[in-house]
Amino acid sequence: MNREGLEVSDQPALSSGRRFPPQLVPPACLLGALFLFGAFFYFFGGWTLSAPADLTICNGDEPQSLDPAIVTGQLEGRICLALFEGLTTRNAKGDIIPGMAQSWDISPDGLTYTFHLRPGIRWSNGDPITSADFLNSWERALNPATASQYSYQLYYLVNGEAYGTGKITDFSQVGVKAPDPSTLVVTLNHPTAYFLELTSFQTLCPVHLPTVKKYGNDWTKPGKMISNGPYLLKEWRLNDYILLEANPFYWRPVPIHRIKVLPTNNATACLNLFYSKKTDLIIDKTSIPPTLVPDLRDKSYFHSNPFGATSFIRFNVKRKPFDDVRVRKALALALDKKDIVDKITRAGEPIANTLVPPGNADYKPPEGLSYHPDEARRLLAQAGYPNGQGFPDVNLLYAARGSGTQVATEMQALWRRELGITSIHLRGQEWKVYLNTQSLIDFDLCLSAWVGDYNDPQTFIDMFVTDGGNNDTGWGDPQYDQMLQTSEMTADPIKRMQILRDMEKILVEDQMPIVPVYFYVGMSLYDPEKLGGFEPNFVDDHRWGEFYIPGHKP
Amino acid sequence: MTAIILRRFLQAIPVLFIVVTLTFLLVRAAPGNPFSTEKKIPPEIMEQLEKQYDLHGSIWHQYLQYMGKVVRGDLSISTQYRNRTVAEIIRQALPVSMTLGAVAYFLALTFGVTFGAWAAIRHNRAGDRLIMLWALLGISIPSFILAPVLVMLFAIWLDVLPVAGWGSPDQIILPAICLSIPFAATIARLTRGSLLEVLQLDFVRTARAKGLSEDAVLFRHALKVAILPIIGYSGPAAAGILTGSIVIETLFGIPGIGPFFVNSALNRDPFMTSGVVLVFSSFLILFNLIADILYFVVDRRVKLE
Repeated sequence: MNREGLEVSDQPALSSGRRFPPQLVPPACLLGALFLFGAFFYFFGGWTLSAPADLTICNGDEPQSLDPAIVTGQLEGRICLALFEGLTTRNAKGDIIPGMAQSWDISPDGLTYTFHLRPGIRWSNGDPITSADFLNSWERALNPATASQYSYQLYYLVNGEAYGTGKITDFSQVGVKAPDPSTLVVTLNHPTAYFLELTSFQTLCPVHLPTVKKYGNDWTKPGKMISNGPYLLKEWRLNDYILLEANPFYWRPVPIHRIKVLPTNNATACLNLFYSKKTDLIIDKTSIPPTLVPDLRDKSYFHSNPFGATSFIRFNVKRKPFDDVRVRKALALALDKKDIVDKITRAGEPIANTLVPPGNADYKPPEGLSYHPDEARRLLAQAGYPNGQGFPDVNLLYAARGSGTQVATEMQALWRRELGITSIHLRGQEWKVYLNTQSLIDFDLCLSAWVGDYNDPQTFIDMFVTDGGNNDTGWGDPQYDQMLQTSEMTADPIKRMQILRDMEKILVEDQMPIVPVYFYVGMSLYDPEKLGGFEPNFVDDHRWGEFYIPGHKP
Repeated sequence: MTAIILRRFLQAIPVLFIVVTLTFLLVRAAPGNPFSTEKKIPPEIMEQLEKQYDLHGSIWHQYLQYMGKVVRGDLSISTQYRNRTVAEIIRQALPVSMTLGAVAYFLALTFGVTFGAWAAIRHNRAGDRLIMLWALLGISIPSFILAPVLVMLFAIWLDVLPVAGWGSPDQIILPAICLSIPFAATIARLTRGSLLEVLQLDFVRTARAKGLSEDAVLFRHALKVAILPIIGYSGPAAAGILTGSIVIETLFGIPGIGPFFVNSALNRDPFMTSGVVLVFSSFLILFNLIADILYFVVDRRVKLE
């Protein structure tokens, strides 16, 4: 083919080809649009180049709110407690230390707490902090109109529950008074050994009410929020980052000036960020994939600590066959918990034979039932199901997220292996549906967990009071209820712990409405040479104001 | 044409209305409560919460309350993020997804059409086979496999790109590539198939017989016709790619709107779910309209109806 010849004879086409080819118009437009687009979003799409932070923390997920009265989650709580501070706070070890209150007096009956505020304390805008700020903030947290899901943390106050549930509307009847700007007097319903832990919790932190009133729901935004804790909110981009800066009006200097909080919720991305040194601390255990824990455990940057939370199984004692305590005990005795923590959860969780996790030095837990398959088979035969024969069809409810499915499958297999029960059916549900089913007690067995609100056995034991809001087993025992009342009235801490111990014995040895499975552990990743002030503590509560960079400690 | 566009916009209103209605009712009808947590909320507080969000009373009452707000341009407050309105979340997250999506879309079109056309020209030769193999892989490898592999390669081993995050132009490269690959692969296959078909048509033979250069035949005549199915595909694809991807945005920690499509439903946040569905349907309608207009512009045989 004579190409040249053809081209010569193709004059008209060739000349039109010298124009801008019309076919290229759409791609050219697209390219132009893209440039404009790029320029536009360079300014509006969040490509902000914020100042570098001294510490970057992977916090697990985007906080649902930063209003201390509203938040309930641990990851929200961590940021809130960097921004706000209650009457008491915690040191790196997790011990309660004075916060906004310099000191306090407790009446001999344990009912009246008189807090003396630290002199000269100020909000991040310079306003003085007075006892009225606490009084009004507690009123706000309790007020049903605020709809705080944790308002029950203030039910310990005289008339707290009545005000919180709208039975009374006069807040002056509630057991908190501010006789002068630096004194706060709190009256409790009954002696509450852990009350000073509660005052360090975010729900009881003060908020700057003029700001809340002025901005309404918007007051937690950067530039608007006024806080009283070690840090103030500098920037907050949804799902992107939160930047905290040291609060110049905080009562003591904090070692780290700027903290950047990443809400990365993908465990792999978190690990990648850590390995590429884009984050210094992975603080949330959900950010560490369980499958990698066996490899990570020996590394110098892997840290784990016991943590006040328990995984357990709820029985529906209103349904056959779990209305029979022998069957409940048989299932408990046959469960090889070590198998579950070794094979599935794998973060070094201790197996649990009691509901209350170890960690409170004053509490001596009962023995509980350990792994005894022979005894289990004997009890099951006694109950009329020798070798699992004739065992009715039952379901095992669990939340299909995390390792829930694997744990449930393993339990099903263990009970088949030890007891010959083949009629336990798995029933995995989406989280919100699971919560619904659990609260309706529409299950036979239910894989559950409980995280303690404070470091005291009470937060676990009082769940199982008859028809308690979080009981969810149908189980109840008047003697148990009576003991709970007695324990609440008991001012003597040793006696109180004994009563709680006897109550737990009923739960995990005699009646078994539940089977404890394992205690959770907290896990975190950081290089101890680059971050100090992060010490393992039982409440898994690490105050960011305690953090320092070794070698830079002021 | 203006009248037609106007009519299409008017037609969109009842469609969006139905979509929002179904979404809201489905989320509310699904078991599970937006406010439920592991620790039970006192009933008085639950009542207050539901009242604050207009989620009390019968489902029809709730629906009417919500639609009343939507008509007034208020998408309500998220039940999951209690200090943020749905509009505010969309305002922050959508531009991020759109930025990423626009880059990915551009990559997908450029590489898709180029490789597709090249494969068609090299029909049944090594280049064609290679491109089609690549396209097959691109379509079939899920992004949750592709993304970690690319991260490992470029961010961990070669250490030339950031592993995750958002805030600088280099953080857009890996996610944009991951996001674009399945689209690019589909476009490449479409282009190849369509171009092969067109190259068999009479007018191409005529053009060749008239002695036009192969480039002129291809670019000025054949591709113009072959591009039609790609326009048809790219319209809805643009809506999908610009409103973000849950997988890519989660894996790369990008603060876009993609994850909200799934998470808001899992959290039973009726307002957020309806809000993002509204955004997606609007995009879908808009880009289908643009595709139709482009059809009309490129191929005069098509009538805009």
